[in-house]
Amino acid sequence: MTTHTLSVLVENKPGVLARVSGLFSRRAFNIKSLAVGETEYPEISRITVVVDVDELPLEQVTKQLNKLVHVLKIVELEPDKSVQRDLLLIKVRADARQRADVLQIVDLFRAHVVDVATDSLVIEAVGSREKLEALLAALKPHDIREIVQSGTVAIGRGPRSITERAFERVSA
Amino acid sequence: MRGGCESRLTINEETGEKMAQVKAPKPSALATPHPARTAPAATAAPAGQEMTGAQAVVKSLELAGATDVFGLPGGTILPTYDPLMDSTQLRHILVRHEQGAGHAAEGYAHATGRPGVCIATSGPGATNLVTPIADANMDSIPLVAITGQVGASMIGTDAFQEADIVGITQPITKHNVLVTDPNEIPKAIAEAFYIATHGRPGPVLVDIAKSAQQETMNFVWPERIDLPGFNSGARPHAKTVQEAARLLATARRPVLYVGGGVIRSGASAGLRKLTDLSGAAVVTTLMARGALPDSHPQHLGMPGMHGTVAAVAALQKADLVVALGARFDDRVTGKLESFAPHATIVHADIDPAEIGKNRAVDVPIVGDLKDVFEALVPALAAEHQQHGRPDLEAWWAQLDDWRSTYGLGYTPTDDGLSSPQHVIQRLGEISGPETIFTAGVGQHQMWASQFIKYERPNSWINSGGLGTMGFSVPAAMGAKVGDPDRTVWAIDGDGCFQMTNQELVTCAINEIPIKVAIVNNSSLGMVRQWQTLFYDKRYSNTDLHTGHGTKRIPDFVKLAEAMGCAGLRCESDADVDATIKRAMEINDQPVVVDFTVSRDAMVWPMVAAGTSNDEIQYARGIAPEWDRGEEE
Repeated sequence: MTTHTLSVLVENKPGVLARVSGLFSRRAFNIKSLAVGETEYPEISRITVVVDVDELPLEQVTKQLNKLVHVLKIVELEPDKSVQRDLLLIKVRADARQRADVLQIVDLFRAHVVDVATDSLVIEAVGSREKLEALLAALKPHDIREIVQSGTVAIGRGPRSITERAFERVSA
Repeated sequence: MRGGCESRLTINEETGEKMAQVKAPKPSALATPHPARTAPAATAAPAGQEMTGAQAVVKSLELAGATDVFGLPGGTILPTYDPLMDSTQLRHILVRHEQGAGHAAEGYAHATGRPGVCIATSGPGATNLVTPIADANMDSIPLVAITGQVGASMIGTDAFQEADIVGITQPITKHNVLVTDPNEIPKAIAEAFYIATHGRPGPVLVDIAKSAQQETMNFVWPERIDLPGFNSGARPHAKTVQEAARLLATARRPVLYVGGGVIRSGASAGLRKLTDLSGAAVVTTLMARGALPDSHPQHLGMPGMHGTVAAVAALQKADLVVALGARFDDRVTGKLESFAPHATIVHADIDPAEIGKNRAVDVPIVGDLKDVFEALVPALAAEHQQHGRPDLEAWWAQLDDWRSTYGLGYTPTDDGLSSPQHVIQRLGEISGPETIFTAGVGQHQMWASQFIKYERPNSWINSGGLGTMGFSVPAAMGAKVGDPDRTVWAIDGDGCFQMTNQELVTCAINEIPIKVAIVNNSSLGMVRQWQTLFYDKRYSNTDLHTGHGTKRIPDFVKLAEAMGCAGLRCESDADVDATIKRAMEINDQPVVVDFTVSRDAMVWPMVAAGTSNDEIQYARGIAPEWDRGEEE
């Protein structure tokens, strides 16, 4: 099985996310990550789904998704031709003695500290899944209190817009 | 083609993937497949006519072309039932159970090709529609279900008779929608009819809050349907059609594997042309019986678990299988890995998701079967002109040998009771090919598919994909309403009949004179057959006590009479013909005939579930020797 990132452009209507995610579970696909938000066109939402699946079942789920009335377009974003990012917030216990060590790791990964208390820090990191996993590994010796991560969002490299043409259909 | 990061998905261009199209087909107008039955445009309401949401529901159904609707009122749909009473276009048939309304709408759609409509209230009314909706989804039947929902302000509060029917039916509808704004009603209903009937047909549910039915709204019937994400089907790709024609012209052992899509598309004429021109063997699945007349010399019958030996063997030995509106269902393929192992596969279907779903396909053709035949027939003719016709003589010698050696038949059981196969065969012969036959699910369904000769499409109506017991009586009711001039026989089992027979009350009161043949073997026959074969004759919970030598509870003749129907009983082979003829003479009320038959009769041939089609048994313990002669 390989990891695939799909951008699913949908009409911005109630219940669409449930239809899309329901279809994945119904056809026995495991969603690794899912992120949804509006696009530059308020009529269109964009769902980024990361799935672990072989080529043939992926084609099947893509076709099934295409049958949903509110799904406008599905594009697979290949890792080397797209930018893929996750956001990670990490709460680490760090008193005065440990703080310097933690801050060094933060700097190394070009992350940021977004909240400081006397004995804790909240770190914000943005990057590829691999980078964030590396950051978590580096922080492991420290006392990680809480983490939260967004789903992957992804966009193709180069000048083309995948939303543009979908919008032409919605507004036609 | 946009290349780059989208390249992976653009490889699906030939299968008509939505994303590979330069421009999505834009439905230009609301057109049902039968424009003659739609309301004339002149009666369309002028823009902005003020009315209640309930009136809008009725008016929308009228404008969508509905003439017959099946339903049962209740609290949240009450507002709609008031203006429904005044509609002159809509005949509402009051069923006794919402499941009956759903199956009746299916039978109606099956028989006429027009979308069936059913109406129910919220909560239990709506959930009673779940089975027919799932059934319509599996068998691609155009169905529009209208349900009431609790008032908009009550949604989500666990109000009386509240059920999230949109959530419940999401996996089993082609599309569904909750309407809380009365101004959205015309658009929602227009779209429901459009989606149900365009592309691969299917069920659409419109759930309408009671408050939306009660409020005043501005009626505007949509001039055109605007569904940017809806793909109603691509035109067949010339290149793949050409490739299919080339294969058909050169194959030595070709088989056309015909599915229900040919019936739904109304493409029987095209199939006939392709059959005659190609000289190929033809098999018609359970959903496609009648797509090609059974009397056609190239027709080998039904493939699959209870198919003919010739049909099953033809697929196993074929070098080319052309699947036409079929979906490689497990009941046809048996163990998938060993299905049609030598065959190149051409698969034509209106739904791109079916292509490659179960069996890898060599030549995919996405399109309406009518268009496929229109393109494929001349392409094949051109191939013949260029390269001559293929020599299929050896193939047909082989097929004819299988046909004559392993024809459909049965051996009477030794308990001296009537053979169910005989009863069903005589029903077909006496009533004739102009009849519509419906069936429930089980042994009687298989025998009805095997022993009745179907000569025209839409003459055979049954529940294939979902396998819904209880389908036949309400489906027969719907078929008779849709096509009242035809004789409609519901062939039913004693188990199935006890699930939905209350719709005979509906039939009696509304003067819908269907005929029901209960093939009464006093048991859940198909389950019993599996217990005989695979569970050491341990008959766990399959005895129904309705047949010969039992207390007959219920007594079907008395039950029929209690429901306002004529009730007849037939207990011996000698009386079968006379009883059928007597039933044929009764046309002023529904008739129920209790044919008491042997419970030991079994459906043969049979491919046991999960095994290879190569292991088909012609009768118990008898495997056909089809591997004689030349092998590859």
